Amino acid sequence: MTGATLSGIVPHLPALQVVVPLLAAPVCFLLRRGVICWGFATLVSWAAFATSLVLLQVVLADGTIRYEMGGWAAPWGIEYVIDATNAIVLVIVSGIGSAVMPYARRSVMAEIPANQHGLYYTAYLLCLAGLLGVTITGDAFNVFVFLEITSLSSYILVSAGAGMDRRALTAAYNYLVLGTVGATFFVIGVGLLYMVTGTLNIIDLSERVPALQHNRTVHVAFAFIVVGMGLKLALFPLHTWLPNAYTYAPSTGTAFLAATSTKVSVYVLLRFLFVVFAPSYGFMALTLDYVLLPLALIGMVAATVAAIYQYNIKRLLAYSSVAQIGYMVLGIAYGSVEGLTAAILHLFNHALMKGALFLALGCIMLRVGDVTMRGVQGLGRQMPWTMAAFVTGGLSLIGVPLTVGFISKWYLITAALDDGRWPIAAVILASSLLAIIYVWKIVEAAYLKEPPEGRVVREAPLSMLVPTWVLVLANIGFGINAEFTVGVARTAAMGLLGGAP
Amino acid sequence: MLELFLAKYNYWIVILLMMTGLYIVVARGNLVKKIIGLNVFQTSVFILYISMGKVAGGTAPILTGRDEIFSNPIPHVLILTAIVVGIATTALGLAFVVRIREAYDSIEDDEIDDAEKQDMARDLEGRLP
Amino acid sequence: MRHHLVLRVVSKILIPFIILYGLYVQFHGDFSPGGGFQAGVIVAAAIILYALIFGIERARQVFKPEVLLVFAPLGVMIFALVGYAALALGGNYLDYDWLVANDTAGQHIGIITVEFGVGLTVAAVMTLIFLAYAGRTRDIDDEDW
Repeated sequence: MTGATLSGIVPHLPALQVVVPLLAAPVCFLLRRGVICWGFATLVSWAAFATSLVLLQVVLADGTIRYEMGGWAAPWGIEYVIDATNAIVLVIVSGIGSAVMPYARRSVMAEIPANQHGLYYTAYLLCLAGLLGVTITGDAFNVFVFLEITSLSSYILVSAGAGMDRRALTAAYNYLVLGTVGATFFVIGVGLLYMVTGTLNIIDLSERVPALQHNRTVHVAFAFIVVGMGLKLALFPLHTWLPNAYTYAPSTGTAFLAATSTKVSVYVLLRFLFVVFAPSYGFMALTLDYVLLPLALIGMVAATVAAIYQYNIKRLLAYSSVAQIGYMVLGIAYGSVEGLTAAILHLFNHALMKGALFLALGCIMLRVGDVTMRGVQGLGRQMPWTMAAFVTGGLSLIGVPLTVGFISKWYLITAALDDGRWPIAAVILASSLLAIIYVWKIVEAAYLKEPPEGRVVREAPLSMLVPTWVLVLANIGFGINAEFTVGVARTAAMGLLGGAP
Repeated sequence: MLELFLAKYNYWIVILLMMTGLYIVVARGNLVKKIIGLNVFQTSVFILYISMGKVAGGTAPILTGRDEIFSNPIPHVLILTAIVVGIATTALGLAFVVRIREAYDSIEDDEIDDAEKQDMARDLEGRLP
Repeated sequence: MRHHLVLRVVSKILIPFIILYGLYVQFHGDFSPGGGFQAGVIVAAAIILYALIFGIERARQVFKPEVLLVFAPLGVMIFALVGYAALALGGNYLDYDWLVANDTAGQHIGIITVEFGVGLTVAAVMTLIFLAYAGRTRDIDDEDW
């Protein structure tokens, strides 16, 4: 490819970011054969990752990109808008996809019946396209459409675990019911906004809605959108679909969904809260302080305590995800540049941690076939590389220095202390200390207990260890040198609070 | 009071359908009925959008070249998409119900819960001391 | 329901007209109300009527699920490829103006092709959904009807 054609493609990358995986899904469906589909899905994920990296670079260098779909100018047509906030989310989503896919071949072969492999990869590609679409689009209704593409395909990803455990089906069903209620709430909110402003374009909305701070319809729209997205991102009392869905989905599905789908919902919440509603006072600003903040704090502690009592490690990590979402919402609830920086930073960092942890668990699932406390007994010696990866991920989850978890918590606590809210800082510390307990439970079982007699286990294959370790090393790398991620997060936070992106 | 009720009757219908749908989703134990509740719930949103696009005295939004008032077509297009999403959700939800019935021999919430409790108990056999 | 003469004759007369109406809605999509979604559903309704009257098995022989399973993704691909064609010809994704020299003609061609893809997918998917569920139980006996 010559330089001329390459530079000709760059302006169209915002469209290609979404439509390449979107077109790949039906192609993958037609390919059918499991291994071919896998190779294809891997290539597409890598292409999407490369695209998102270029986009991030362009955004950081030249500022916001706007792309008109179908050549229709913004308020009439759908436009894709990329600023620092969604550029980084695009990188997370496609990056996790590119790490999970090479890993998927062995794991999927072991966990899913052979005749479903092609369909599984098709659902994955649709999910990827949907997540990227939600992130990139600058049109409120288009967010809903992509959100539903994402949701429908993730229900399928969860239900693919039915070959191993029938509870995957009920988990997927409950996820479907609650996910649909959440998405419908969101679309009611968007409809009400359209009713008062006559526009669906997010930039247009951001110019018209703040002037209507006291409009009752806007308040109702705000409530519907916050509750709807709260369901989608598993905010504490609305999280009930999450533990079962993550526990019974296939390992690759859990790793991908845990690291990306709730993050994208958090992004949507960020975008609507701060760009569209931009609450400075009154009802909506109070919601941040008196609804989101307490729920985040309760969620952080309650879900961490629930995690301590889990026997199934996948479910343990699922509860820990609910707690970590609490940290993100906490940053959002501060409503300050520091708070949002911490939230976006944690969004990125948590994707790395949970990606690494669930991939390590998938290795254990492949070799031992049991991801409970009993399954990991004595694995420290039998699968040293896998367990080392898991423990590093666990340390990052706790927030030990030199890992990304530390960076997130450092910024969260600083943001709390800047406002003089030291009790919040104390709760963050307490919840981190509680996290030590559940990580220690696993470490104890893996390193201090003897393996069950007669169990012979080999180390996981390289095709699975390498992606796992890539994410683990990213945990350490971005933990030691956080300059880049903090810089992007700060730019993003300032962009969100500065009104229009 | 009655005037308020009649003038905004479309909203009352929307609210009625919305609450009926949500109630069915929450209160019914039968998995198929839950899906039906979800459908009623989504339908309320369709009506919310469609009635919002209506302009009093407006005709269908077809360009005839003449100068006339017509209704806003955008909510219609949006809802066309939402209906497709609704169909996909319903079909997928019912597919799960079919599979659940095959796996559990039941589509009643409480019976499935009992079966899952037994599954859970089986998981915990041989638990670490 | 093979023995219900009235139903059988009436539906035999109706089905071609339903499909014709579906095609009418399909091909008017670019300049009047209509388009792929509606047309696809109308055509699927004709197929479903056929399946109800003449039995699922016979419907499966005429509208083979294997073929429908190819049509469904094919329609999506037609839609997406029109977008890529616009891209290749120098416009934005799905910018129909670039498809041919004349902008208006480009819009017409673009919309018709895209709507054809949509119609194909919708008709195939609706039929598949029906066949997938209806095929799970035996046909209703005439006495029970």
